[in-house]
Amino acid sequence: MTEATCWRRLERLRSAGILRGQRAVINWRALGYEVEVSLRITLDKTTPRAFEEFTSAARLVPEVLEIQSFLGRVDMRLNVIARDMAHYRELYRDRILALPHISDLEALMHLSDIKSEGSLPL
Amino acid sequence: MITLDDLDREILRALSEDATQSAGALGRKLGLSQPAAWRRVKRLREAGVIARQRVDLDLEALGFGVTVFLGISLAAKGRVALADFERAVVAIPEVQSVQHVLGLYDYRLRVVARDLADFERVLRRRIMTLPGVGAVDANVLLSEERLSGPL
Repeated sequence: MTEATCWRRLERLRSAGILRGQRAVINWRALGYEVEVSLRITLDKTTPRAFEEFTSAARLVPEVLEIQSFLGRVDMRLNVIARDMAHYRELYRDRILALPHISDLEALMHLSDIKSEGSLPL
Repeated sequence: MITLDDLDREILRALSEDATQSAGALGRKLGLSQPAAWRRVKRLREAGVIARQRVDLDLEALGFGVTVFLGISLAAKGRVALADFERAVVAIPEVQSVQHVLGLYDYRLRVVARDLADFERVLRRRIMTLPGVGAVDANVLLSEERLSGPL
């Protein structure tokens, strides 16, 4: 493929909205964040705006890197980083447990990435 | 460990939005000269703070309407079991990421599929046949947002 053809194809993917952009991935470990935890949260669904209120409050915690919502056994998942276990404990007690409408919560401690985001069966 | 000032943080925030920006464009945005912006980006790369670039694709537009997170526990644990499982799981094209975790499960997988029927096929043919696989828990992704983190 020539450079011009390649560029036209990329441009076509961009304008079709398939290629949304290229983002830099930050290595938080290099900035001193050694702990990464996946918090799986069940919300108290008897409150009508539980999802919205929980999500807006979670956005205000700087150490929260990802907020996902699910259909299944858990409702939400937060990806949280901390400098060390002492910092994590502080975050967990002061910021996470203070989020609204949590009815249950379990944590998965991240040990390592075996495969990082990538492949698509195209 | 590298220490960051406010300008470094701004640069990281800008590059997490758009990694293709030139040093000149970054500099104009932040009131830095092109060489000064370039030196800062170079320093961040060399310190490993900018790990890589991620291509942001609209999966739905590509026909992948379903993303499912799987929590997998291995039936037998031991070094060989972990290695066998890991070798097999990374080869599945529908599996986008695999994390080794500590807690209720051993591994966390992100899986894409065209629709729920396609997901069932992946689950039956590829996931349930993995060596050593025990209990599997599935949650279908409804929405996802990434935040800029503690910058």
